Amino acid sequence: MASHHPQKRLVGPLGRARGLGSAKHGLQHWWAQRVSAIALVPLTLWFIFSVVDLTGADQARVHDWLSRPASAILMSLFIVAMFYHLSLGVQTVVEDYVHREGVKLTALLLVKGLIVLTAAAALFTVLRVAVGS
Amino acid sequence: MAEAAPPPRTRPISPFLFPPTGTYRWQMTSTMSILHRASGVALGVGTLLLTWWLLALLGEPSDFDAVQEFLGSIFGRILLLGWTWAVFYHLCNGIRHLVWDTGHALTLPNVYRGGWTVIVLSVVLTLVTWVAGYSFR
Repeated sequence: MASHHPQKRLVGPLGRARGLGSAKHGLQHWWAQRVSAIALVPLTLWFIFSVVDLTGADQARVHDWLSRPASAILMSLFIVAMFYHLSLGVQTVVEDYVHREGVKLTALLLVKGLIVLTAAAALFTVLRVAVGS
Repeated sequence: MAEAAPPPRTRPISPFLFPPTGTYRWQMTSTMSILHRASGVALGVGTLLLTWWLLALLGEPSDFDAVQEFLGSIFGRILLLGWTWAVFYHLCNGIRHLVWDTGHALTLPNVYRGGWTVIVLSVVLTLVTWVAGYSFR
C-alpha cells in the first residue's frame, strides 16, 4: 500500500509508461501508431482532394500531376505514413485474434511482407514518375 | 445473514443487458469500435488498388485506361463509395481516439456526442466528396 501514498509527481501517465517493457519499447508501437495517425490527417485530406480533382483523368494528366515536386513529395510521405500505420494496425488485429503462436507468426510475416512489397511498388512508381523515365 | 438471495428484479444487471428481458443490448460504442477496425482493414485492402492505379502510370496509356474503366464501372464505383466512407470514418474516429488519448471527452455523454459527430461527419464528407467528384469531371 506504500504506492498509494499521495505524492506529487512531475511525470504524467505517458511519461511514466515510456521505457517500460523488457526491451524498454513497451510504448513504441502505441506511440508510432499515434504519430503516423497525426501525420496522416493532413496527408489523407490532401490525397482525397487530389483524387477528386483527378476524377476521370487520363494517364497523361495523372502522370503530369504526379511529376510535380509538391505532388511527388506529398505522395511519397502519404505512402510511407500510410503503409507504416497500416502495418502497425494490422499487427494489432492479428495479435488480437490469432492465438496460436506459429499461426500468428506466419500470419504476421505474410501480411507485413505483402505490405512492404506493396509499399515499395507504390513508392517506386512515384519516384520513377517524379524523376522521369 | 442467512437471508435468501434477493428477488431477481433487484439484482444488479449488466449494462449490456436490457433490464426487463436480460437480452443483449446493442451499444453504439462497441459497434463504432469494431467499425474502426473493419474500416482500417478495408482501407488496407484498398492500398492494393491504389498501388495498381499508380503502377499503371508506368505502362501504356491503355493500361491506365483499363484501371480507370474498372473504377468507373458500377462495381468499381460501389467499391470507391465504400472506401470513401471508410476513409472518412477512420479519419474522423481516429481523431476522436486522439482526443481521448489526451484524456479529454472520456465521459459517457461526450463519448456518445463524439460518436454521433463522427457518424454524421463521415456521411456528409462522403457525399460532399462524391458531389465534388461528379462536378469536376
